Amino acid sequence: MKQFLTFVQKEFHHIFRDHRTMLILIGMPIVEIILFGFAITTEVKDSKVVILDSSHDVATRHIIDEINANKYFNVVEYIHNSNDIQHIFQKGEATLAVVFEDHFYETLLHTGKAQIQLIADASDPNTATTVTYYANRIIADYQQTLMVQNNVPYQITPNVKLLYNPEMKGAYNFVPGVLGMILMLICAMMTSIAIVREKETGTMEVLLVSPIKPIMIILAKMVPYFVVSCFNLCSVLLLSVYVLGVPVAGSLFGLILVSLLFIVVSLSLGLLVSTLTNTQLAAMLVSGMVFLLPVILLSGMIFPIENMPVWMQWLSDIIPAKWYIQAVKALMIQGLGIMNILKETGILVLMTIIFIVISLKKFNVRLE
Amino acid sequence: MEKLQYKETRPRLEKEIEVTDLVKRFGHFTAVDHISFDVEKGEIFGFLGANGAGKTTAMRMLCGLSKPTSGKGKVAGFNIQHEPEQVKKNIGYMSQKFSLYNDLKVWENIRLFAGIYGMADKEIKEKTEILLQKLHFEKERNVLVKSLPLGFKQKLAFSVSIFHTPKVVFLDEPTGGVDPVTRRQFWELIYEAAANGITVFVTTHYMDEAEYCNRVSIMVDGRIEALDSPNNLKTEFEAKNMDEVFQQLARKATRQSD
Repeated sequence: MKQFLTFVQKEFHHIFRDHRTMLILIGMPIVEIILFGFAITTEVKDSKVVILDSSHDVATRHIIDEINANKYFNVVEYIHNSNDIQHIFQKGEATLAVVFEDHFYETLLHTGKAQIQLIADASDPNTATTVTYYANRIIADYQQTLMVQNNVPYQITPNVKLLYNPEMKGAYNFVPGVLGMILMLICAMMTSIAIVREKETGTMEVLLVSPIKPIMIILAKMVPYFVVSCFNLCSVLLLSVYVLGVPVAGSLFGLILVSLLFIVVSLSLGLLVSTLTNTQLAAMLVSGMVFLLPVILLSGMIFPIENMPVWMQWLSDIIPAKWYIQAVKALMIQGLGIMNILKETGILVLMTIIFIVISLKKFNVRLE
Repeated sequence: MEKLQYKETRPRLEKEIEVTDLVKRFGHFTAVDHISFDVEKGEIFGFLGANGAGKTTAMRMLCGLSKPTSGKGKVAGFNIQHEPEQVKKNIGYMSQKFSLYNDLKVWENIRLFAGIYGMADKEIKEKTEILLQKLHFEKERNVLVKSLPLGFKQKLAFSVSIFHTPKVVFLDEPTGGVDPVTRRQFWELIYEAAANGITVFVTTHYMDEAEYCNRVSIMVDGRIEALDSPNNLKTEFEAKNMDEVFQQLARKATRQSD
């Protein structure tokens, strides 16, 4: 046991004396949360709108006022010629153009049908969908008020309720994702690099010749990264609750438990990488390409898994972060308890066992 | 400078390394081909051979890092095949790559390795003082190892490898890249260790160093082609120095060096 503690202390020295790495380990999660929280956002705010309104009547003015009052829109220009529209979009001066037909209110009153054309810059399809959706809602609202005034006999009013995230904040979606990514990065990548570094410098040989058991060497390597990861877990959670305003709606205890489990999964994955590679560069490439990229792309952090082709959905099943992110969403956003994430927990436990068994086998084979 | 040569002063004692017909195959390739030799307690045994001759593989087997395909070996009284853990407890090892931690201080390195071999704190403290004094390292106690000059590092690495007073110490090309003065100081440390009863098993590329050994074995293509004291070998091969002996034997090699 004393042997082990001396060893753990040595590993802490390695980390703390390398100030740059230390800074990255501690600072990266904080920077990432702030970046995702404030800079990189999929929410659409203050979209620039141009208006082509040749009617200038009660109805069009009402709709324009509503658009301008909305926090998603900002009316920047009134144009008078439909030829200008293309010009404005080419210069990127607007994301949405609203075109009213001539004699809008009159047509509406007499025929009961009037037309508005919404033209959006769809070079970014997500933004285009979002802004046209918002504009549609404003128009629909106006239609509602008209109906009430004119007393139409049949009326269907959809009552939309957005569960768990009524304000549609992007933070609700990415906080679990960033958590998964950071823990994977620090545990898997840093552990594998730390073990491979000793192979590279030759100290691993000296350790293997010594009476200390290989499993001890590995466990001692994992302890500091476990501690650093726990620290990061705390900082990310605190930041997301107090700075980004994402609440922990469900069981905090469950959230911490499943996070610790995920840390262990990532550590064992890092161990596996270290048994497969011999240089720090290779270890870094493998962790980066095989673990980090799929975590970002396939775990549902950014792109919804439901929209992927079926074979890719299967592929995403073998990514530990997918299950972790699912569990965190359930606990943090949907407010569920531990009993609701038994499936995810089970899969993560199974993965840990598989990774550890393979790496221990590999590790022993290497000694031959 | 007085010529450094081993003088026969100690009584012949028990055997610390006994190897009979040791073989290691990797697939169809026989890296070590039926080698047999004994090393006595307190002896400095030189293990020579060109790159790829099988030196490192043989040494890894003796250290318990690699299992022999066939044959028997005993190190420090323990069977290398069945009792590798006991073997490991009783040997020291210094690899050709630098084997200390650059980002640990001098005393932390000493304490770490002493701790790994299960030494008690009090003993570690006392012996550290003695060692630092002997090496004139008192001032460098709290210095990170990476800022020491190479010669210092190698001497420290050797001292650390015998800090737990093992029965046998394995040195894998310990003086690579070190200047002649430091090499001589290094060999003085080796002599001192041998005089204290530690058996020294050393591989080297420097033929002048081979002359410092009690006995040397020369491996060619996985077999031991010659084994005797440097003087006897020189007479046998009618050579002026060990380098000529080595050249004559190495010429027979058919294996590519790596």
